[in-house]
Amino acid sequence: MNVRSEIIDQFTHVAQEQGIPLAPLTDDLELLNSGLDSLCFAIVVARLEGLLGVDPFSSSEDVLFPVTFGEFVKFYDTAAN
Amino acid sequence: MTPRQTKWKSLRNALSAAGDLSGRFVFGAEASIALSDLIAGSALYGRGDELCGRSVLVTTTSQFTTASALMELDGVASRIILCTPDLPLEHLPYIIESANVDAIVSDRTILGLDIRRPLCFCPCSRKLVTGNYNRKIERQTEWILLTSGTTGPPKLVVHTLSSLAGAIKGGITPAEPVVWSTFYDIRRYGGLQIFLRAALTGSSLVLSDAKESTADFLARAGSHGITHISGTPSQWRRALMSPSAHLIQPEYIRLSGEIADQAILNHLQAFYPQARIAHAFASTEAGVAFEVNDGVAGFPASVIQNTPNVEMKVDDGTLRIRSTRTASRYLGDHPPVLKSADGFVDTSDLIELRDDRFYFVGRRDGVINVGGLKVHPEEVEAVINRHPEVQMSLVRTKKNPITGSLVVADLKHHLLKDAMCVHSRATS
Repeated sequence: MNVRSEIIDQFTHVAQEQGIPLAPLTDDLELLNSGLDSLCFAIVVARLEGLLGVDPFSSSEDVLFPVTFGEFVKFYDTAAN
Repeated sequence: MTPRQTKWKSLRNALSAAGDLSGRFVFGAEASIALSDLIAGSALYGRGDELCGRSVLVTTTSQFTTASALMELDGVASRIILCTPDLPLEHLPYIIESANVDAIVSDRTILGLDIRRPLCFCPCSRKLVTGNYNRKIERQTEWILLTSGTTGPPKLVVHTLSSLAGAIKGGITPAEPVVWSTFYDIRRYGGLQIFLRAALTGSSLVLSDAKESTADFLARAGSHGITHISGTPSQWRRALMSPSAHLIQPEYIRLSGEIADQAILNHLQAFYPQARIAHAFASTEAGVAFEVNDGVAGFPASVIQNTPNVEMKVDDGTLRIRSTRTASRYLGDHPPVLKSADGFVDTSDLIELRDDRFYFVGRRDGVINVGGLKVHPEEVEAVINRHPEVQMSLVRTKKNPITGSLVVADLKHHLLKDAMCVHSRATS
């Protein structure tokens, strides 16, 4: 299972469902400039938990939240492996 | 009996008594007002005297004008009805009837209301002029706050300045300048608490702006040197995903409005190691009850017995609160009961005791809190069930690390006969 492609799929699907234009998903894209709002991120994270079996945001370890899309992918890559 | 707490004469009176206000401002995204000008000036074109003793609806497009209008009306109007920023105008006739409104303060030029009762319309501006009304006439103004569900008219919750400000220690300007800010809008209970903290202690306040990005707001808050800042856990999670999060260096971070989980408490402490991080329990109806300062989710069992000025008990699994900070009643036709006969407000928050600590485990009324917005499952089910291909639906909550909760609906489809699961966008 490719974590990056699952994440790209979910960002794309959720943006389409919510009728929100999505910025090109480059590694240096700031998440808050992606077009997705908090509810969209909530849905993405819920679906990724179902698909990947991990939810790194719920970890109570004091790691830093991802700021860019590249960091978001790494966040999940690290949690999934 | 709960002990007596500070009686505030009026907002303007308290700010006048707060000491040296030089260099203290309310900062908006596009303008600022000196606190000393708020005392001396009028945002109502000097027409505040026309509103003496009236029931005044305040509906504004900006928090900035709201701050000026509240300062001017408290102690003058008999009632202030504070409209929330996203209130659908279709609910205004119900609110006006329920609160017996006879004056409207607004910075909108056209409200388009079809209301057959005499109303005094008083325009409100962000520019202050010298006030000319008689400040000797001071009364205890009722503050009516609005709480809304997913659909339907809002509830009208009756407070006074004393009940709203019961948790605030005011009267003296802090020696070390405090600069408050909040992600909340001050037209909601959580934001109003911060506006009152700033006004009653003579502290500067940096207001958020709905048109401003999280990054821009954080940069602006940082440029004003904010020291104290509040928001919901969802708002803080969003802030931590912003590259501007490092532009603020708060000494004190306050979370409220949703359950604070251990992850967000830990993330905030890691990102802002210098900050004292507190999560507070408060609601529009129950008022500010307590804050937790030990950095751990939930609250110590001792809080129930040992919180000054607030009585609490657990009855039938839910937290009940009695204090001078609770609202007194609801307004409206056949209003629901806000307090029991013995004066306790049932928060409907289910709490569970584990290892001498209470944890919030859900709501008795099933309400789902999505990023601070209350969603009533039965209303969502009613909308889903209108679809011709849906046989039945069950709406439930799903825990979520971004918004606290998500609304999830299990559907039985007429044709597929299968259960489907969808995530719903909350609307209000």
